[in-house]
Amino acid sequence: MKVRISYRKLGKVRFLGHLDMARLWERGLRKAAVPVAMSAGFTPRPKVSFGLALPTGAESVVELFDVTLDPGVDHGVDHGVDHGVDLDIDHGVDHERLQSSLSGAMPPGIDVLDVDSASPLVWSLQEDVTATTWVMAIDSTTENEMYDRVSEVVDAPEIWIERERKGERRRDDVRPGVLDLRVVTRDNWSSASEIASWADDVARLSSNVQFVEATLTTSGRGVRPTEMAEVLRPGVDPWVTMPRVVRTHQWIGRDDAPRVSARAGKDITHDESLERRLERLEQRRAPEPAGRTGTVH
Amino acid sequence: MTSLWTRVEPLLARVRKPARYIGCEDGAIEPRHGPGKVAWLLAYPDVYEVGLPNQGLQILYEILNERADAVAERTYAPWVDLEALMRERSIPLFSVDTHRAAGDFDVIAFNLSAELVYTNVLNMIDLAGVPIHAARRRPDDPLVIVGGHAAFNPEPLADFIDVAVLGEGEEVVSEITEVVREWKASGRTEGSREAVLRALSKIPGVYVPSMYEVEYERERTVSVTPRYTDVPSTVVKRTVSDLAQWDYPRRPLAPLTEVVHDRLAVEVFRGCTRGCRFCQAGMITRPVRERPAEQVRTMITRGLERTGYNEVSLTSLSTADFSGVENVVSSIVPDPTACGAPTVSLPSLRVDAFTVGLAAQVASGRRSGLTFAPEAGTWRLRTVINKLITEADLYGAVESAYANGWSRMKLYFLTGLPTETDDDTRGIAELAAGCVAIGKKYTPRANVTVSLGGFVPKAHTPFQWFGQNGVDELRRKIGVVRSAASRGVHVKWHDPAASLAEGVASRGDRRVGRVIERVWREGGTFQEWSEYFRLDRWTDALAAEGLDVDWFTTRHRDESEILPWEHLSAGLHRDFLWQDWRSALDEHGLPDCRWTPCYDCGVCTGDGLEHVVASPVPPAGGSQGTGQDLSIGGRIPEAVPVRLGARS
Repeated sequence: MKVRISYRKLGKVRFLGHLDMARLWERGLRKAAVPVAMSAGFTPRPKVSFGLALPTGAESVVELFDVTLDPGVDHGVDHGVDHGVDLDIDHGVDHERLQSSLSGAMPPGIDVLDVDSASPLVWSLQEDVTATTWVMAIDSTTENEMYDRVSEVVDAPEIWIERERKGERRRDDVRPGVLDLRVVTRDNWSSASEIASWADDVARLSSNVQFVEATLTTSGRGVRPTEMAEVLRPGVDPWVTMPRVVRTHQWIGRDDAPRVSARAGKDITHDESLERRLERLEQRRAPEPAGRTGTVH
Repeated sequence: MTSLWTRVEPLLARVRKPARYIGCEDGAIEPRHGPGKVAWLLAYPDVYEVGLPNQGLQILYEILNERADAVAERTYAPWVDLEALMRERSIPLFSVDTHRAAGDFDVIAFNLSAELVYTNVLNMIDLAGVPIHAARRRPDDPLVIVGGHAAFNPEPLADFIDVAVLGEGEEVVSEITEVVREWKASGRTEGSREAVLRALSKIPGVYVPSMYEVEYERERTVSVTPRYTDVPSTVVKRTVSDLAQWDYPRRPLAPLTEVVHDRLAVEVFRGCTRGCRFCQAGMITRPVRERPAEQVRTMITRGLERTGYNEVSLTSLSTADFSGVENVVSSIVPDPTACGAPTVSLPSLRVDAFTVGLAAQVASGRRSGLTFAPEAGTWRLRTVINKLITEADLYGAVESAYANGWSRMKLYFLTGLPTETDDDTRGIAELAAGCVAIGKKYTPRANVTVSLGGFVPKAHTPFQWFGQNGVDELRRKIGVVRSAASRGVHVKWHDPAASLAEGVASRGDRRVGRVIERVWREGGTFQEWSEYFRLDRWTDALAAEGLDVDWFTTRHRDESEILPWEHLSAGLHRDFLWQDWRSALDEHGLPDCRWTPCYDCGVCTGDGLEHVVASPVPPAGGSQGTGQDLSIGGRIPEAVPVRLGARS
């Protein structure tokens, strides 16, 4: 039985890398005595699959990973489950207990938001996600300056940047990877409540910060938020331009399917068809923010 | 007193491995500072990944934070990238717990586990905004304290430290806290620094270099005299008599990022009486004090639950010697196929078949490699260094390892040992060839890695009088091993140049401090990291200070010479060490005193202590002189399927 765990990563822990997180979750799952299924073979590994890597230094309110549970696994703690008994889908895992015990097992700044039974139909996380939305805090700038710069980027037919790929310097057009770019304020961004405390933190950092919301593709010639920062202010270290950045959405898109959040909803059950799942998720999708700059899509 | 976090944070996305600097570890204690509390900054002078697992630091962190009158935070050497940004922006050294400036603490206490970190100590003091010379510090500067194994000869650091602590810290940190608390309460007035140092010098195990006058005549130390009559003429190390009373760490630190020993560590005993003559750790940590097996089990269970680790390392200088080892190991590993069962790792393996059996019991899944440390290539040389491993022990261990599924062996050797001839050096390659030959009976992939370290004599050991090999000689010996190495034997070695610098720092006197300062000023930090080590910085600095590198390193000392650390004692009688040095030259081995009559090394009698060993009989199948027949020492067992060079 698979569960999808969504969590946020805010504050000092943003400096943990993707591999650190994987190691930390393995330890956290053991601390919380979660009966994780183990892979077969000579060196059994816990069956955990992590989603799209979050760049070291970035924060997020929408991180995901999938865990396969197995009530037969004995973690040295009595879970009150008989060995070898099939996990009952409805009663096997207390999602709320799992959520609180896992949060307690992780360092401050990492909180489990929800635990959901993932549909057997879901693709692997890594392949699912095709785009992500970020709120970038751009330092030392004015509202007007940012509007002008964002408009320039949005209107540009192509944007060439230099990047390193497989040890080689090469030039890429990143414009197709920018699905949406707009200047936002605390009143009109799409995840106001989720990132309110983050925004408070940023406000303490600097008084002349502007927020830019960017939806960037992850597949193909995916664009990283640091690259977006370099596009907004060329020639400057992206972490100077953008001292803080938070991921607010992970989108699943496939062929003509609508973009939906990859974060599983509590109402998804194991036998729900993919179509219905996409439908439901689409209904729950956050309303489009009313940005003042043109949207590209 | 405010946190530097807001100034540090913007830099972290721009440096490598920023998780080194954020704290937040599992087990970290939220520090509560207050006016009546002595604030300790426990510092490790190497990078976070190396320093975090250090058990000494973790133990003191907890003990101090448990006290009502103390608070402790931690810091590690910032890597060169962050250091450059910090210096550019005048950001001082900070604690990882609350990012408090190092200069705001009352005490900065460094753990010295090796000598090449000395330049990092200077660098960290400087980064803290504290004058590097103790004599220039003002009453509001922190006290700089060092402890750990290398502190047993702190003379090269004498100008830079206020205090060195000899031996185990569990009890003495509290005694120091009480003296510093009084000083703090008195307002740390002008001139009070001298008074607090003098008060500290009266605590057993505490050495205050500035309270001693050292005289040199030409190159030699001729006298070390206390400046005041109430300052002890000899400082004797501290030893905790009963490990059972110190079941620390109770809240082991589990880091958020990968570190060098990324597993739970439980110390099963302290001290070692195998008597290996090159081994400073074995000499200075005597006597043997075992932890009760029941407490070991409890610490393992609690530690695994707390941290979420699924691997535990049973630490000591020779874990197979622990009386309770079989019982403890079998209780942790009820069923090696169970997915949830923790892995046990046994560092510092003894070289014999029994030990390999133990290793086989704990190894789960893939058996990657097994490491043994015979240290010398021939029985003759092993009697000199008192590592009494017979050929039968080694080959038996190797046979057992291959039979239990291991296919790669790593063998540690020292070269440049006293009386070492080229026959002994070549013997390293021959031993390795014998191991490969045994392995070929089991797997065609059998291969053996030989790791060569250049021997550096250390203070408070029988080899403290020995002139170490120079760089060229060590290089030549490495060449001897390489050219004698047969198929299936890979030879690796440590840079002999680093051994020379380590030698200068290990047996140096106070004049070496100026050399360390020069190397640091020339940018020589992180000297344990080969990419930052340059021997010419050291030789240039020695030359600039008019000091002769050979005098400190390759010169043999005689019995009458006053050694720079003569006024510091690890409890070992000088006569015992000298006699043991003579026995070494006579190729006379000395079995372990746990199971043979006392040699009167001085430790037990001097301190009113005794070995605390649960079992009065030697461990089963034990090698290294645990009552076995040593006359067969160099004889090659018939099981070895190749004809190796005959040795007596």
